[in-house]
Amino acid sequence: MLALALATVSSASAAGKLEIFSWWSGDEGPALDALVKLYKQKYPSVTVDNATVSGGAGTNAKAVLKTRMLGGTPPDSFQAHAGQELIGTWVVANRMEDLSSLFKSEGWAKAFPADVISLVSSKGGIWSVPVNVHRSNVMWYNPAKLKAWGVTAPKTWTEFLTTCNTLKAKGVAAPLVVGENWTQQHLWENVMVGSLGAAGWQNLWSGKTKFTDPKVVAAFTTFGKVMDCANKDASGLSWQQASDRIVDGTSAFNIMGDWAAGYFTTTKKLAPNTGFGWTTAPGTSGTFVMLADAFGLPKGAKDRAEALNWLKVLGSKQGQDTFNPLKGSIAARLDSDLSKYNTYSKSAAADWKKNKIVGSMAHGAVAPESFTSAFGAVIDQFVASKNAQGAAAAAQQLADKAGIGK
Amino acid sequence: MKGLTKDRLWALAVLLPSLILVGVFVYGFIGRTVYVSMTDWGNDPAQALATNPIIRWTGLDNYRELFTGFLQGRFRQELVSTVFFTLFFILGCLGLGLGLALVLDRNPKGEGLWRTIFLFPMSLSFIVTGTIWRWMLQPQGGVNQVPTLFGAQPSTFGWLSSTDAIWKFDWNKLPLITAAVVGVVLAVIAFRAFSSAQRTRGLVAAACAALLFIWALFVGPNVKMLAAPELHGFNLALIGIVIAAVWQMSGYTMALYLAGLRGIPEELREAARVDGATEWQMYGRVIFPLLAPISLSAMIILGHISLKIFDLVYAMAGPDNTFTSVPALNMYLTSFRQNQFALGAAIGTILLILVAFVIVPYLSSSFRAEEGHA
Repeated sequence: MLALALATVSSASAAGKLEIFSWWSGDEGPALDALVKLYKQKYPSVTVDNATVSGGAGTNAKAVLKTRMLGGTPPDSFQAHAGQELIGTWVVANRMEDLSSLFKSEGWAKAFPADVISLVSSKGGIWSVPVNVHRSNVMWYNPAKLKAWGVTAPKTWTEFLTTCNTLKAKGVAAPLVVGENWTQQHLWENVMVGSLGAAGWQNLWSGKTKFTDPKVVAAFTTFGKVMDCANKDASGLSWQQASDRIVDGTSAFNIMGDWAAGYFTTTKKLAPNTGFGWTTAPGTSGTFVMLADAFGLPKGAKDRAEALNWLKVLGSKQGQDTFNPLKGSIAARLDSDLSKYNTYSKSAAADWKKNKIVGSMAHGAVAPESFTSAFGAVIDQFVASKNAQGAAAAAQQLADKAGIGK
Repeated sequence: MKGLTKDRLWALAVLLPSLILVGVFVYGFIGRTVYVSMTDWGNDPAQALATNPIIRWTGLDNYRELFTGFLQGRFRQELVSTVFFTLFFILGCLGLGLGLALVLDRNPKGEGLWRTIFLFPMSLSFIVTGTIWRWMLQPQGGVNQVPTLFGAQPSTFGWLSSTDAIWKFDWNKLPLITAAVVGVVLAVIAFRAFSSAQRTRGLVAAACAALLFIWALFVGPNVKMLAAPELHGFNLALIGIVIAAVWQMSGYTMALYLAGLRGIPEELREAARVDGATEWQMYGRVIFPLLAPISLSAMIILGHISLKIFDLVYAMAGPDNTFTSVPALNMYLTSFRQNQFALGAAIGTILLILVAFVIVPYLSSSFRAEEGHA
């Protein structure tokens, strides 16, 4: 009797609650607030508990999340980078619910690009709902400076190395600017995609191509040459400080994700196309290297029904067009209303619809955290030693250990 | 029992809660960590965070992986970095601390104020120190801009971002180097024992030294821990971190030395002067020997801080800069970012052993001293 009474009480109170867990605070806070507001309009009786843990790229939030999951009190829905970061950590441990039926009932199989669905799927299940999309294969430059130096943005990595030599001859000490370790991993993946092509990049992560393949080793060598064009004080710079060197003309090029567009326009007050310019990273035109924030549904969530409704709002056209213009990203859906977005985002959204889409390694789409975190040391060692064979062999061992291609 | 008086029972009852808590939360957890370090928990990503992970006993595999595994070059560099860091950190703190103490001991004007100023950095946490010094040592500002004040070019030294290393050696030679160093120490011990007429002690030490040298000559050169040579040395990027750490802790050694200097009776100095000692001789023969125990305790305390250091490096160079990384940082990343709990526990255990090397001889000698007094 008592147990029954308790059960009804708890289900009655649970009917009106939802806890969402994310690392969106500060600049990204308003975008999340807009989403929560939209959810409340649709489900007014639900109290939303916004459990945000601040910290860049979720470094702090992920630690808190681990404690909660292992302690048996998972949040109702939590943020993770779409793809292997979630799959390689939580799905393989059998702690997430399959969302295939939700994708079916909402008709999302057609709304999202097929490449994206395959990125968030594994072992016959679909594991998260992508809310937004960032592009990571963008090369930023300063148009006025390029004109003064008499060079144009290179189209391939070979061309890049020639341009680099031209610029060095004109007294530009570091034609390319890079920052701390993750931005070097970011550059590495752009050299890889640009050298191997989109299909070759995908084969690397499905295990069809080994890292020790001669083509991959050659791309490592190219990466070493590209790093010779870069600044020597890289590890002391954040990505913003690296972008500053484009603005002040110390360096010519920077490979960074499209959050740099937000930094240039909002913080630096520069106009797109005149104050700062962009093109796809060398060798990657026609390819969209993506990363996305997504939400999943952990097993044992207390308010499962409310969480499912939350996921429905996230995946809806209205939800994505509410969130993304504020966050500075584009919608993962193909049918978004482009009039709401800025100049840069419009160009990215156009490419999103027609390009080949592949996932980013540095931002958790194609590799689990265990790989990305340890890979940083491989990059550091490679930059110091320039031993392409050794770095490729180390990367392959890491991939085997992390279960890539299994 | 005779000793079990009411007073003793009462003492036991008061101590019991803390004994239990320390037993569980210190020694119990040490035991648990050592146990986990000998399993494969987390080596398979599918088992790392599962509800009921399957954990297998693997003995010393994780340790073998750390010292000889192809992928763990980062950890080996960190061990080497820790040794260099500890050396320079202790030398820096002792040197600067002693220097400041000697100056303050001459009763300059506003001595109390100076003392506070020099001791003040110690009241900050390493995170704050790290943040301040990161600003000062960043590539485009801080101390690199100092030369421009005098019209020179800004300095380009990468205080925290250098990727160069000096004094490099091959990790494969480590057993050889260790054997040679220990052999030399044993030979010195043997020589000193013979010259003070302790025959047996001298013979044992000489025999051990001879054995080690024979091993180093004939077996050592053939020992190969790694397939390819792997060079490790002193990473120049650590200089920035050493400076910040010395800045933080030298005030503390200054306070220790100042207390020691004030504790030396004036009569001793006067006696030395009467005997005709110059100022230099007085310091060298009278005062410094009396400060030796203080140097030893300072070395113990600084040594274990240096081996465990984490927050300062995290704040100054971030967790992903392998050129400034230390084992504690690697333990955190391995366990909580890569979910390789067993490997992380192994790194933790190695750190514990390193700290024990510093602390245990000190504790045992001070216990012996206390018993001697009692």
